Amino acid sequence: MSDTKKIIEIEVLRYNPESDKEPHLEVYKVPFTDDMSVLQGAQYIKDNFDGSLTFRWSCRMAICGSCGMMINGIPKLSCETFLRDYYPNRIRIEAMAHFPIEKDLVVDLSGFIEKLESIQPYIIPKEPRTLEQGEYLQTPEEFNKYIQFTSCINCTLCYAACPQVGLNPDFIGPAAIALLHRYNMDSRDGASEQRMELVASEEGVYNCSAVGYCSEVCPKHVDPGNAVNVNKINAAKDYFLRFLSPKGGSK
Amino acid sequence: MSKRRPYVRSMDGWWKKNPFYVEYMVHEGTALFVAAYAFTLLVGLVRLGQGEAAWTAWLEALKSPFSLVFHAVFLVAIVYHAFTWFKLFPLTMPPIIVNGKKVGPGVVVGSGWTAAVVAALALLGLVWRIAA
Repeated sequence: MSDTKKIIEIEVLRYNPESDKEPHLEVYKVPFTDDMSVLQGAQYIKDNFDGSLTFRWSCRMAICGSCGMMINGIPKLSCETFLRDYYPNRIRIEAMAHFPIEKDLVVDLSGFIEKLESIQPYIIPKEPRTLEQGEYLQTPEEFNKYIQFTSCINCTLCYAACPQVGLNPDFIGPAAIALLHRYNMDSRDGASEQRMELVASEEGVYNCSAVGYCSEVCPKHVDPGNAVNVNKINAAKDYFLRFLSPKGGSK
Repeated sequence: MSKRRPYVRSMDGWWKKNPFYVEYMVHEGTALFVAAYAFTLLVGLVRLGQGEAAWTAWLEALKSPFSLVFHAVFLVAIVYHAFTWFKLFPLTMPPIIVNGKKVGPGVVVGSGWTAAVVAALALLGLVWRIAA
């Protein structure tokens, strides 16, 4: 079996913060079979050529959202991208764009985590109910309004796809706004006004210039770009409606 | 002491790095042609305000080969701009629900195009009648 293996060249963007001034490319010749993913290619390099190669992965089935990489310049989950689709050409893998590189293919996600926290990603009940009053009920129609935005796996491919995130790292960005929208659209939640301050802020939705690549690369079809753009309309409505019925307290 | 030294990559020339971004810059760039054509019409309005001689001179200037070539370029750029603008509808518009189901992107884009073509033909018909 092994003698029928084909060999693909994988070019990896390496960066060791302890010894490198800046990232550089290294090429590895990796034998592969048709069922091997790009992630398995990286694992082959780590196991056979250089144990210091650093990358994140966990589930190997496109659900944990850990193994995102730039594959030939396109943000993809490396576990569901196959080496056979690139052979016989060389394949280049790099750390996710628009994030600081921590080491090799691992990026610093702390900024993203802070953004996720900032949108209050939990239900803030419209009307609190006691245990005796029972559960919060929801019709299938109400459920359908936000179900799509619950599919996000926080893989951050959309951040690597969004040039505005790269140009302004403070932009809350597609995935966090999609999650914000998920809670705003939930009939049980009553905090969309609280979240509006962030939506309409300097870090908010108006950073988006409708490139639309975020929705294009999303492996779960969340369509974060739509969440961002719908909230531009919501923010504009909120701004103008304040002239008709002042709510006060807007900071 | 921390060994961390996160490396931030430059964004210089970002739009050249991906064909998707290049197309984005091209379709955003064609907005300049929309502005240029609006400016041409605005000049016409100013000339109209200056009297009959100025208006006739402006009409004559529009007939020059230079102007005709520019108008052909305007037409191509504006049609492309319109094409990409409608293509973005599903991204930028709130979802439309009909009979409990979300209307597909193809239908949204198609409706936009139909409305634009009908409006353009109606306007053309109106101008035709006035000219006749």
